[in-house]
Amino acid sequence: MTSGAESGTAVSLQVSGLAYAYPDGTQALFGVDLTITRGERVALLGPNGAGKTTLVMHLNGILTAGHGTVEVAGLPVRSDTLREIRRRVGLVFQDPDDQLFMPTVREDVAFGPANLGLRGAELDRRVRDALDRVGMLEAMDRPPHHLSFGQRRRVAVATVLAMEPEILVLDEPSSNLDPASRRELAEILRNLDVTVLMVTHDLPYALELCERSLILSEGVIAADGPTRSLLADDELLAAHRLELPYGFAPSAHPR
Amino acid sequence: MSAGHHHALYVPGDTPVHRLPPQCKLIAALGFAVAVVATPREAWGAFAVDALLLAVVAVVARIPPGMVLRRMVIEVPFVLFAVAIPFIGLGERVEVLGVSLSLPGLWAAWNILAKATLGVVASILLAATTEPRAMLLGAERLRLPSLLVQIAMFMLRYMSVILDQARRMRIARESRGFVARDIRQAPVLARSAGALFIRSYERGERVHLAMLSRGYTGQMPAVHDLPASGRQWGAAAVLPVLALTTALIARSLA
Repeated sequence: MTSGAESGTAVSLQVSGLAYAYPDGTQALFGVDLTITRGERVALLGPNGAGKTTLVMHLNGILTAGHGTVEVAGLPVRSDTLREIRRRVGLVFQDPDDQLFMPTVREDVAFGPANLGLRGAELDRRVRDALDRVGMLEAMDRPPHHLSFGQRRRVAVATVLAMEPEILVLDEPSSNLDPASRRELAEILRNLDVTVLMVTHDLPYALELCERSLILSEGVIAADGPTRSLLADDELLAAHRLELPYGFAPSAHPR
Repeated sequence: MSAGHHHALYVPGDTPVHRLPPQCKLIAALGFAVAVVATPREAWGAFAVDALLLAVVAVVARIPPGMVLRRMVIEVPFVLFAVAIPFIGLGERVEVLGVSLSLPGLWAAWNILAKATLGVVASILLAATTEPRAMLLGAERLRLPSLLVQIAMFMLRYMSVILDQARRMRIARESRGFVARDIRQAPVLARSAGALFIRSYERGERVHLAMLSRGYTGQMPAVHDLPASGRQWGAAAVLPVLALTTALIARSLA
């Protein structure tokens, strides 16, 4: 087992031998190993029920490892490190209504940094900065439930960016978005200067945004490589219940 | 979607009443209600003065009287209760249009009706001139238990989400031929309500996780500074002080 602490700086996320069984005995993860270096954008692909969400919930300590370790920039996920881990791992949930719980966008984005102790001008700067990065600055004083779904997802990304996380983890970022919102979100994500782990079964979106992909299947990492070559391997995709949309050929889509 | 851009009760405006900090208005409305309750029921004139005070507030805040009257419908259940008292009350009886009514009952009914009406109108004016969000900030500022304020805040945020969910469930029921005709359909509606409760509960859990993910430790971070100057407190105090003076004069005369 390697430990993230020894390498010091470059590793954002290190998962080693992670296994987990739900309390009812269902084993969801059977020893997951993965390493993401700082600045990478990685897609975690897998069919429904592959254990993607279970894995994500380990990354910020909502679930704790039955076996194995998770380290974020060298800091292991343990009950006494949870606060710092949750600052370092920015989780964007699938349903923005779960994430945007404050009465206005401004207060929602301020919630995280305010919990870190920021106040006044510094807090205001963080909020504006985060909203600016997702192009939602003008919606600052509106209530979240008056925004469109795509706008809400962008604000949800901003709430996490305001924490200045080590790694941004997005759960199905493209779900329920219309094509225009989908493209806008892709442009925003591409221009962010943070490490991204994107959990999805939207293969074209992974190709568009991530150089590298992991395939999680039946609780283990079944493949790890450049997104383009993984998606070009029909047998590999078929073996793990992954499918490209009708008529989509990865080779026809230069980056 | 069902929700408009303003909450139904709030009437946007920029009057001196609208501009007062919410905590001042909350205290003023509370003080007014206490003064009204402390007024002896025999003091007809005092209630007239109180009503006049509210009318002045409504005029300053530019709240149309018709709107206040329409919103007073919320009082109807209390009115029905009050109307019943003279018929079922005991004690000395008087004849009104050939119906025998209890005199203490009449007094009790008048007491409930007059005081409740004044209180309801005061709250209507408060709600019409204060945004719900501001109201909560005011409550926070007055150091109401933070758990209660948080619950109210989430209610404000998730009301439309839950109503929307309820609406989708109703459409789903009706799309499959369900019509609520009489009591026999009650079990279906009860199960829908149960499903809605569970969904809301699960959403609550997910929201809590989202809060934990951003460093929540049980306290909302106090970010807002909502200053109220002495002058604003003074302006807000006018209504309750006048009502209290009225009540005291009425007491000393009684």
